[in-house]
Amino acid sequence: MSALSRLTVTETRLFFREPMIVFFALAFPPILLVVFGAIPSFREPDQSLGGLRVIDLYVPIVVAMSLALFALNSLSQLFATYREKGVLRRMRTTPVRPAMMLGAQLLMSTILSVLTMAVVLAVGRLAFDVRLPRQLPAYLLGYVLAALAMFAIGLLVAALAPTGKSAGAIGTVLFFPIVFFAGLWIPRDSMNDVLRTISDLTPLGAGVQSLQDATAGHWPQLLHLAVMLAWTVVAGGLAARYFRWE
Amino acid sequence: MAIIEVDGLVKRYGGHTVVDGVSFAVEPGEIFGILGPNGAGKTTTVECVEGLRTPDGGTIRVGGIDPQHDTGELRQLLGAQLQESELPDKLRVGEAMELFSSFYRGPADWRDLVDTLRLTGKLDTQFRRLSGGQKQRLSIALALVGNPKVAVLDELTTGLDPQARRDTWDLIEDVRDRGVTILLVTHFMEEAERLCDRLAVIDSGRLVALDSPAGLVARVDERQRIRFRPSAPLDHAVLTALPEVTAVERAGSQLVVTGTGNLLLAVTTVLARNQVVAADLRIEQTSLEDAFVALTGRPFEA
Repeated sequence: MSALSRLTVTETRLFFREPMIVFFALAFPPILLVVFGAIPSFREPDQSLGGLRVIDLYVPIVVAMSLALFALNSLSQLFATYREKGVLRRMRTTPVRPAMMLGAQLLMSTILSVLTMAVVLAVGRLAFDVRLPRQLPAYLLGYVLAALAMFAIGLLVAALAPTGKSAGAIGTVLFFPIVFFAGLWIPRDSMNDVLRTISDLTPLGAGVQSLQDATAGHWPQLLHLAVMLAWTVVAGGLAARYFRWE
Repeated sequence: MAIIEVDGLVKRYGGHTVVDGVSFAVEPGEIFGILGPNGAGKTTTVECVEGLRTPDGGTIRVGGIDPQHDTGELRQLLGAQLQESELPDKLRVGEAMELFSSFYRGPADWRDLVDTLRLTGKLDTQFRRLSGGQKQRLSIALALVGNPKVAVLDELTTGLDPQARRDTWDLIEDVRDRGVTILLVTHFMEEAERLCDRLAVIDSGRLVALDSPAGLVARVDERQRIRFRPSAPLDHAVLTALPEVTAVERAGSQLVVTGTGNLLLAVTTVLARNQVVAADLRIEQTSLEDAFVALTGRPFEA
């Protein structure tokens, strides 16, 4: 087996040995969707939402939130802990290059978060009759860009945080505004203009709108694609700039 | 030809010179020790050899490779065991071996290594559940899994109990017998004396001596000391008259005779002739520690 696939397999095994991280990254998003779906008024069509139900809006929001959990809870903490404990330093004496170490983490995060997305979409469809994305390529494009932006932010946190614990703390502090503007408490459609404009410029505000557009059968707006790309480039660039082995 | 060549190595941290013009060459198949007190610059020196630090001056070649420029190739032929580095808590021994062996072009048979290092029973044990000695053995196994020509072992036995330390020494000799050249960093005199073919003694960033352990001791002092408690009073002049004896001192009820050559035979012969029995007789020879004191002009503080 090649070094990259062996690393990815090993990292995935280690991931599944952390019950709390597994719960928040994989199980929490579908559970949250079920909780929202259990609220009767969330299942009533709402004229002010263009005939959509609140639960319809929440599927992309929960998908986006699961990305934020993955990036800010597991990815950043894991990497910062590895550096703190000298695991990265140990790796550095082997032929593994830093890019490969990062690549394995990103590969694992992407595979597992796509899995979560599929589960959330399936629960939405089967339990609450939420429409599957009509424009699948557009949906995947929006998803991948949102994932890249969030993972880049997660890696930036890992690069800047001195310890695994502080990475967890910084991650949590960032998590709330990011999912707020993704619409976890007030869906974007119910936000006022100021909030929605700010939301447009956040990685998951742009992400949720792109997923919502693709679900309705439209291509995402150029603004939102550009916002996600910009977050990826800036946060990813800074993460690479401040990356330290020890 | 030397497998590791270090020539005039200089490393500074923020204006403070930590390594100051250190040069040495390690021959293939040697166990080469770097000995010195804590903070002497030993680890910095080997970290430059490992390509983990960029030297501020001098040249380094490992198997003809410049660690700074061809780091990729260096990693294939040099295995390292670092001070203070760990593995993920929940990684199992077998998984770690399998993972690390996938990094190399021509890895060793990791099951074989695990066997040699007596970790076979621990294959399914997570790293966090290993004892200190087991962690060290795993660390050696990981340093060797790439089939390296050179293994750098930094403070390998620090924190081990005496039995585990002796076991580790045996292991290192086994590894050398497989044809691996070993660069060993240590601040234990006993370890250096027992294992190393040659030693570089480093103090305050400078190389103060480079020789075999026996050579270092001989270079400093050939004097021996005999201590004993005479069964009857003895005139010192009887002893000082001997050509081998340089000094006789009284220390409490004991006599301390210093001298060179076949001192013991000369002294015991005189004692027998005078019908004096030497009780609690002890011979003290210059140790590596004495040599260190003589070389650096200050006591060795481990």
